[in-house]
Amino acid sequence: MAAIEFSGAGFATLLRKELLRFWKVSFQTVAAPVLTSLLYLLVFSQALRGHVEAYPGVSYTAFLVPGLVMMSVLQNAFANASSSLIQSKITGNLVFVLLPPLAHLEIYCAYVLASMVRGLVVGAGVLVVTFPLTDLRFAAPGWALAFAVLGSAILGTMGLLAGIWAEKFDQMAAFQNFVIMPLTFLSGVFYSTHALSPFWQAVSHLNPFFYMVDGFRYGFFGVSDVPPAISLAAVAAALAVAAALTLRLLSRGWKLRH
Amino acid sequence: MSAPVAALDIRSVSRRFGALQALDDVSLRVEPGEFFALLGPNGAGKTTLISIVAGLTRPDAGTVSVMGHDVQRDFRAARRALGVVPQELVFDPFFTVRETLRIQSGYFGLRRNDDWIDELLQNLDLANKADANMRQLSGGMKRRVLVAQALVHRPPVILLDEPTAGVDVELRQTLWQFVRRLNREGHAIVLTTHYLEEAEQLCTRIAMLKQGRVVVMERTADLIRRFSGGKLVLRCSGATLPAELQPTVIEPPRHDAATGGWTATLRVDGNAEVEPMLARLRLGGCRIDELELQHVDLEDVFVRIMQAA
Repeated sequence: MAAIEFSGAGFATLLRKELLRFWKVSFQTVAAPVLTSLLYLLVFSQALRGHVEAYPGVSYTAFLVPGLVMMSVLQNAFANASSSLIQSKITGNLVFVLLPPLAHLEIYCAYVLASMVRGLVVGAGVLVVTFPLTDLRFAAPGWALAFAVLGSAILGTMGLLAGIWAEKFDQMAAFQNFVIMPLTFLSGVFYSTHALSPFWQAVSHLNPFFYMVDGFRYGFFGVSDVPPAISLAAVAAALAVAAALTLRLLSRGWKLRH
Repeated sequence: MSAPVAALDIRSVSRRFGALQALDDVSLRVEPGEFFALLGPNGAGKTTLISIVAGLTRPDAGTVSVMGHDVQRDFRAARRALGVVPQELVFDPFFTVRETLRIQSGYFGLRRNDDWIDELLQNLDLANKADANMRQLSGGMKRRVLVAQALVHRPPVILLDEPTAGVDVELRQTLWQFVRRLNREGHAIVLTTHYLEEAEQLCTRIAMLKQGRVVVMERTADLIRRFSGGKLVLRCSGATLPAELQPTVIEPPRHDAATGGWTATLRVDGNAEVEPMLARLRLGGCRIDELELQHVDLEDVFVRIMQAA
């Protein structure tokens, strides 16, 4: 059946093109978000050092770094797919992707994988520049990697979804500012949910981004607000739902093929 | 014996956008190696039809196949057989001309295609711009890159949606020279254009669309022959225009003070009518000092068909 065919060559080319697209402007797509995260760390750790201890024996600066790394991974994975697709739609060059014999699964995989690469490259950059400033340890790096990979895949998928839905930059900005930004900032990047009241803890647990950040942090400290296996299941479920929805829309050509 | 596979087979295609019936039961067939024109005024449905063939738009009813492959069910084979030059001047500003063509090649699964890419660049007069970013190109050059992108996988069927819009005369000639060569080599070409002279010179068969319906589809030569004749421009002296010729008047007689005679333009529906008209003039006492027979071209035919349909 054509719907589940997969052409490696077409997919590889679209992936390469998407990687080149962000790499050609890497100052803006990689260096700038690394600098922003470094500024977050300097400002917040300076302001809150000595006032907050999220986990016993872990400084606030060390606590903050995994959150900032994950935030960078998520935001940049989202930005990659969403900006590529909306720019292509608005300038009209999406036609070059729609005319060739690319199936929706190939289009999905190429956009999401490129987004994951950008998210992970930026995350690695943030980790590298912030590492010397903290007493960070790696208690369970496999968990950290798993959450980084799954988190970037979800946000790459959401970026693709937003790119499919949005018809103008204004709508894309709204999606980013009213959906992605609040979910990211309220995911426990800057605080442990144990510091919240039971009500807000319960609300936090409805946010899939919380599980990505909490599980990722577990990889560094071996401590988390919820068990990492539960977080992994929540993240995997969120990815499955987002991927299924996006693939469905791509196969129908919703807002892409009229 | 079954009929040979059509380059393009469009059967009973309809498409509505809200209240607008963009295409209404359109059927047409283009043979392999044919040079075919799809003409019509703005809003006639040409671009919608091309979008449906290209898989960018889905029809409400009907089927389309390219080289025997249904564009929906067998989309991979259909798209491999099809090259489309879109009407809009679109480009990806991140890449150079060569990168753009290599990427487009890769989408079709062609990884080592540099020889053909070089040939395309050479033939479309883009070789010296191969490493220039797309943003640095003029409109005409961007248009030629679009043509190169459509041809990068050597499709047997090529759809050109107004490919010469905004392209200067010299570059237009280069483009047509190359497209003619492709046609001689067996590629079927479907062209939409507002330059009817181009369609007349290049295309062996023509379909005209009006308000989403095919109003004419026949060989170019037959179409022009069917509308043969044209205008008879006369300068006469002596008697006035005979009354029996009044119904053929396009421009009524005007007195010429210098010669004392008159000039007029009459409609001639066929070459065979010219001599009887001249005979009537002579019988009516007119002396024919000068005459010019202006034949119809595709543009006249187009205007007449669109007015009548």
